[in-house]
Amino acid sequence: MSVLVVVECDNGEVKKSSLEVASYGSQVAQMLGTSATAIAVGEATEANLAKLGEQGISKVLYDAEPRLKDFVNGAYTKLIAAAAQQEDAKVIILANSNIGAAVGSRLSVRLQASLATNVVELPQINGGQFLVKRGAFSGKAFADVVLQGERKIIAVKKNSIEPLHEAGKTAPVVSFSAQLSDADFADAPKQVIMQDQAGGILLPEADRVVSGGRGMKGPENWHLIEDLAKALGAATACSKPVSDVDWRPHHEHVGQTGITVSPNLYIACGISGAIQHLAGVNSSKVIVVINKDPEAPFFKAADYGIVGDVFDVLPKLTQAVKELG
Amino acid sequence: MKFLVCISNVPDTTTKITFTPDNKEFNKAGVQFVINPWDEYALTRAIELKEAQGSGTVTVLNVGEADTEPNIRKALAIGADDAIRVNAHPKDAYFVAQQIASVAKEGGYDVILMGKESIDYNGFQVHGMVGEMLGIPTVAPAMKLDMNGNTATLEREIEGGKEIVEVNTPFVASCQQPMCEPRIPNMRGIMTARTKPLKVIEPVGEGARTEVAEYALPPKKQGVKLIPAENAGELIKLLRNEAKVI
Ligand SMILES: Cc1cc2nc3c(=O)[nH]c(=O)nc-3n(C[C@H](O)[C@H](O)[C@H](O)COP(=O)(O)OP(=O)(O)OC[C@H]3O[C@@H](n4cnc5c(N)ncnc54)[C@H](O)[C@@H]3O)c2cc1C
Repeated sequence: MSVLVVVECDNGEVKKSSLEVASYGSQVAQMLGTSATAIAVGEATEANLAKLGEQGISKVLYDAEPRLKDFVNGAYTKLIAAAAQQEDAKVIILANSNIGAAVGSRLSVRLQASLATNVVELPQINGGQFLVKRGAFSGKAFADVVLQGERKIIAVKKNSIEPLHEAGKTAPVVSFSAQLSDADFADAPKQVIMQDQAGGILLPEADRVVSGGRGMKGPENWHLIEDLAKALGAATACSKPVSDVDWRPHHEHVGQTGITVSPNLYIACGISGAIQHLAGVNSSKVIVVINKDPEAPFFKAADYGIVGDVFDVLPKLTQAVKELG
Repeated sequence: MKFLVCISNVPDTTTKITFTPDNKEFNKAGVQFVINPWDEYALTRAIELKEAQGSGTVTVLNVGEADTEPNIRKALAIGADDAIRVNAHPKDAYFVAQQIASVAKEGGYDVILMGKESIDYNGFQVHGMVGEMLGIPTVAPAMKLDMNGNTATLEREIEGGKEIVEVNTPFVASCQQPMCEPRIPNMRGIMTARTKPLKVIEPVGEGARTEVAEYALPPKKQGVKLIPAENAGELIKLLRNEAKVI
């Protein structure tokens, strides 16, 4: 019996959300008196995989089949199911990412496991009962969910777990093969197109986000958002109307119908804070709002606020960050 | 081509969320229910594709009790041809997926579409469960869907970009924007929807695999700390020394 952790890699590196997932998995393993094995997917280097030992992982399985570099639902599902079987995994942990959701839901049927997504805390395990807390109602509530049956799959929401870090600890990397056939690659992507990310930081993974709304008046003013984001090492985002009129690309749109983010710091500039926008950002740890209207609803959800004109305030903030050194 | 579009009935996006006194159920009293906003992308795209092909049908499927019928009728008014309601309280994603898979199998649908997730349960699970139950591919979440004969070309969102994926029917896709501009019903649609068939069937399969023990609201925010605009730089110091986020 073990805990299996699905680790997503990109360009040789383990994704930040997967470090969180690895930490979550090794803590669950400890609670259950067992060990946590990782199965790595995507393009990984052995050295980076070995470093998963720092998150408490005791062994990393890796299939170097080149066609597994990009996400293929059929093949990934089979690979992870085979690893779960080999390791006799009773609990499988993934990131609540597009890959995690696509594979986790298929695996739950294949392995007859109960599944909880959007999980925000370590489980409570009391005797036979296994309880997890998950976000619900677009961030407006939480649900404690009982996972029934012998096998469980948990998808952990990004930025909800502080990664463990035991510097220098390594895990052995063991090659693994699921004996995949061509049919398993039937849904392989024909093409993968990466979009420009401001400062190279992926919005769904970002620790800090600077976001602009209609109050920014036009795309020509976005350098104010980008300058602050760059100084803070943050990703940039926007409200829906901003992407609807193409001031910014769709992949930066956060909210109910856009991307959900939960960074440590979310700075909203010239955004009113409509409930549909809040739905995608309200689980951010610290929310800062800059709006010239003191009645803007966003101030109710904010931790810090400045009632003022973004064109005046943003350069001051960027300057202040630079002065911190 | 036969399209099956799964819709869920959710509290309107602006609803203030409250629970029954035992915190076990969402409190429906006085709440307006709508078609899940993500499902509107699935519904509209299916109708657009059917129109472009000049033939085929769009069937709407909902797992829910009789109180969901106004939204099923709304989906018919938007342009679906007929509807099926599985008469059951949707207990969890697994339970719902079993109903969808059973209807899909029986009806021989070519394309099964649904929204990425529901805005109440936020599961993002049903698509994959249905695909696995039927042994067919799933593409989730899809931002674009075009059909050429039995082959579909989809854009699938990945972190930091997108993949172009080609699959043959039958397949499942969970939809999100910018797939299409969701349609709203017009007067003619509302009139014709009244006479379109809505079949009610009983649920199949095993029970649920998960159970909500309790719902809770997030802790209340302390209230906003305002910093005067003239002193904007002070905010950065607070973020470092007090909030410790930079
Ligand atoms: C089903 C549905 C789904 C939706 N999904 C989303 C979603 O996913 N994401 C989303 O964002 N929205 C979504 N919306 C839209 C949402 O309701 C709001 O319309 C939107 O969030 C408003 O964007 P905004 O705050 O940028 O613009 P506005 O509402 O126009 O607000 C602009 C703000 O900027 C302030 N401002 C103006 N000038 C300045 C200045 N110089 N300095 C400082 N402040 C200034 C104003 O005071 C105002 O508060 C959805 C709506 C529906 C119906």
